[in-house]
Amino acid sequence: MDYSIKIGGEAGQGIQTIGDTLSRIFSRSGYHVFTHQDYESRIRGGHNFFQIRFSDKSIMASRDGIDIIVALDKESIAFHENELVEGGLIIYDSSSLKERHEKQNFLDIPFEKLAVEHGGSKIMANTVATGAVLGMLRMDLNVLRGILTDTFTKKGDDVINANIKAAQAGHEFAVKNCPQCSFIPSSQAGQKMLIAGIEAIALGAVASGCKFYSAYPMTPSTGIMNYLAGKEKEYGIIVEQAEDEISAINMALGASFAGVRSMTGTAGGGFALMVEGLSLAGMTETPIVIALGQRPAPATGLPTRTEQGDLLFAIYSAHGEFPRVVFAPGTPEQAFHLTNKAFDMAEKYQIPSIVIFDQYLADTVWTPEKFDLNRIVLNDYRLAGDAFRNLTEYKRYAFTDTGISPLGVPGDAKYVVVADSDEHDEDGHIIEDAETRIKMVQKRLLKKVPLIRKEIAPPLLYGNSAPEIVLAGWGSTYGVIREAVDVLSQGRSIAMLHFSEIYPFPSVEAFDYLTILNNAKLCFCIEHNATGQFAHLMRAETGYEFKAKINRYDGRPFTVDNLLEEINAHIG
Amino acid sequence: MPTLDDYKGQTPAWCPGCGNFGILKSFKDAVVELGIEPHQFTIVSGIGQAGKFPHYLKCNTFNGLHGRTLPVATGIRLANHEMLVIAVAGDGDCYGEGGNHFMHAIRRNIGLKLFVHDNQIYGLTKGQPSPTTAEGTVAKNQPFGVFSEQMNPIALAIALDCSFVARGFASDPVHLKDLMKAAILHKGFSLVDILQPCVTFNKINTYEWYKQRAYHLEPEYNPEDRIKAFARALEWGDRIPLGIIYKNNRPVLEERIPVINNSPLVKQTFEKSKLETTLKEFY
Repeated sequence: MDYSIKIGGEAGQGIQTIGDTLSRIFSRSGYHVFTHQDYESRIRGGHNFFQIRFSDKSIMASRDGIDIIVALDKESIAFHENELVEGGLIIYDSSSLKERHEKQNFLDIPFEKLAVEHGGSKIMANTVATGAVLGMLRMDLNVLRGILTDTFTKKGDDVINANIKAAQAGHEFAVKNCPQCSFIPSSQAGQKMLIAGIEAIALGAVASGCKFYSAYPMTPSTGIMNYLAGKEKEYGIIVEQAEDEISAINMALGASFAGVRSMTGTAGGGFALMVEGLSLAGMTETPIVIALGQRPAPATGLPTRTEQGDLLFAIYSAHGEFPRVVFAPGTPEQAFHLTNKAFDMAEKYQIPSIVIFDQYLADTVWTPEKFDLNRIVLNDYRLAGDAFRNLTEYKRYAFTDTGISPLGVPGDAKYVVVADSDEHDEDGHIIEDAETRIKMVQKRLLKKVPLIRKEIAPPLLYGNSAPEIVLAGWGSTYGVIREAVDVLSQGRSIAMLHFSEIYPFPSVEAFDYLTILNNAKLCFCIEHNATGQFAHLMRAETGYEFKAKINRYDGRPFTVDNLLEEINAHIG
Repeated sequence: MPTLDDYKGQTPAWCPGCGNFGILKSFKDAVVELGIEPHQFTIVSGIGQAGKFPHYLKCNTFNGLHGRTLPVATGIRLANHEMLVIAVAGDGDCYGEGGNHFMHAIRRNIGLKLFVHDNQIYGLTKGQPSPTTAEGTVAKNQPFGVFSEQMNPIALAIALDCSFVARGFASDPVHLKDLMKAAILHKGFSLVDILQPCVTFNKINTYEWYKQRAYHLEPEYNPEDRIKAFARALEWGDRIPLGIIYKNNRPVLEERIPVINNSPLVKQTFEKSKLETTLKEFY
């Protein structure tokens, strides 16, 4: 079984609530869930949708065909009716939409009337709709009851009971009036974790002992700030809303200098403002993690939509030369663990780490296996307490074999910690002489980079181990490429090559992915941008040139079906 | 107790006669008198001649970017509010490049001490007008004279209800030292704008020019009267008031953040064991 449900409506109508509730019901019932959202940059009105796919098998992308459309506005019908699969249905409330559809695949459910009659207020129309969808699927209301109870605990039993009655009314109506409903899901056991990409990044920060997060609100990264703010008391985290992104990164650098793990997050436009501070992190060797959420640009672009247009910006931004790492997770699980690795690398090498993602990964919700907390890396690289006090001498930028100098926590010992954005000597004081400059560049950059590069994991090969066709990608396209490989692998030798640790570019020592590319007959580079930035990087770093490129830059994510269409156009 | 010898730093690269020497002397005297040891405080500085200040004494130092002293200082203070954090900047640095941060640091009322070396000119870039340069001043890059009105940082700070607002003079060392001590002891955000002659590039606002105009606020002056303070803040030209012009007891940011009520952030450990419970919230 593999069903897709689309809830469409205006901003403010509550499609998010219906979508979140249904997703939670499916995950708690043991199904695999994948959801994505499409919304406009506005608070009220417009047309938005929330798409849920659920299955008894593992899924990690959206399909084009829809089984049930919940239409809360006329546009949901006008725009999406043609997406219905055979046997699919649109449910709507003719009295609130003020239009009637007589076709077989329409089911008119009086959401508002049932809400008033059974719940006491038309506010509960969305609960009626949720119950109705469950009725169409012939799923019982037990899980929904639990969710409604959790949601409305603070509002009291009356509100809980009214909502349960409204849900029952929708459920009964659908069971009674939709004898043709034939999408019956197989029953599943156990509950599944349900998490969005953006939550996985924020949770990764919490799990890494992040203590300070400063940011300026900007889609699609605001979710990190919101999540961490909700965990401030529990974990001892300070979240500071800065006056601008310049301030945000400088605050995080200050907190890191003072001795705590620090992070900031933004989108491409905000990152442009942070770039000066990125260079400051490089020169002062102050650890910091930056979450960079891409959205279609240049300038303001399409603020609520998706693109992979900032990869080269993330890698090459800032004046001067200094080491950094850039990670691009493709799933919530990768987002969690790579955020953790970003912290570890930042602290270990005293560098900026960038976790680059996009609106699509931020907003998609998955049901991964439970995160493995044993894989969390937590090493304290700071020089603090007695270890610092007992030293006989301290130099913040002491020359060492590895280029890594002791990162003292100011105030813990009688030694002062001096950091400088000017070129400096081992003590941190301003210098001008050429000899010290050369030694500092070697320490800060040339000695560290080979060590950092050794820690970069190779790309992931999924599918045939000696493929004739390779679908390469990076970051958020992981799920859709992997599903395309599953579909195409019948009768074909095909594999996905996915890069999530992108910079420094992975070497071929641990895994010779270049030979795989060179031996394949056809290699695609699939990206959500117009110019093929990853393909460009691959050529710059390895000399390998992709012959085929699939680029989507309309601000919308690939679905499995439209990616297959593009690939089939090449391979026939 | 620390002595002046404990604060010996690098040899200053300032011009002979620079107003910064007086400010450095007053500052060392202030911290010695307060008994603060070099490792017990951090100076965050920006870029410009004032930015070099912490190198010429001895203390924890973050010499960051032009205009960005206050955000870095804010981060340090939030991570460790038991650490005295002093921001040192010039007029171009703090009021020009960092103007937005200046406004919002005052709004937060975080316990930072901001000492602005205000020489009414850009020295390090060789003589361009700064936000506090007088209107009409002719410069190489502004041959028709400065068109913009001279900024009044004292009036701006009082308008924003800044918790502590004072003006000192680089050539009035004992008075300046006392202002610095009062600023350090004040809870909340403290601004000390320090009139500082630039002997190389500012031929108008000289030691003599300031000495003819500057006067100490009368002993009976009440700095807690905001309206009267604002009137004094507008005094400039023939008479320039020195001293604590305004102060209040606004709540301090660090004391309002529940997370750090009992201990500074840097002293708090991360409890990994809580993660199991947090994971359950995703089911």
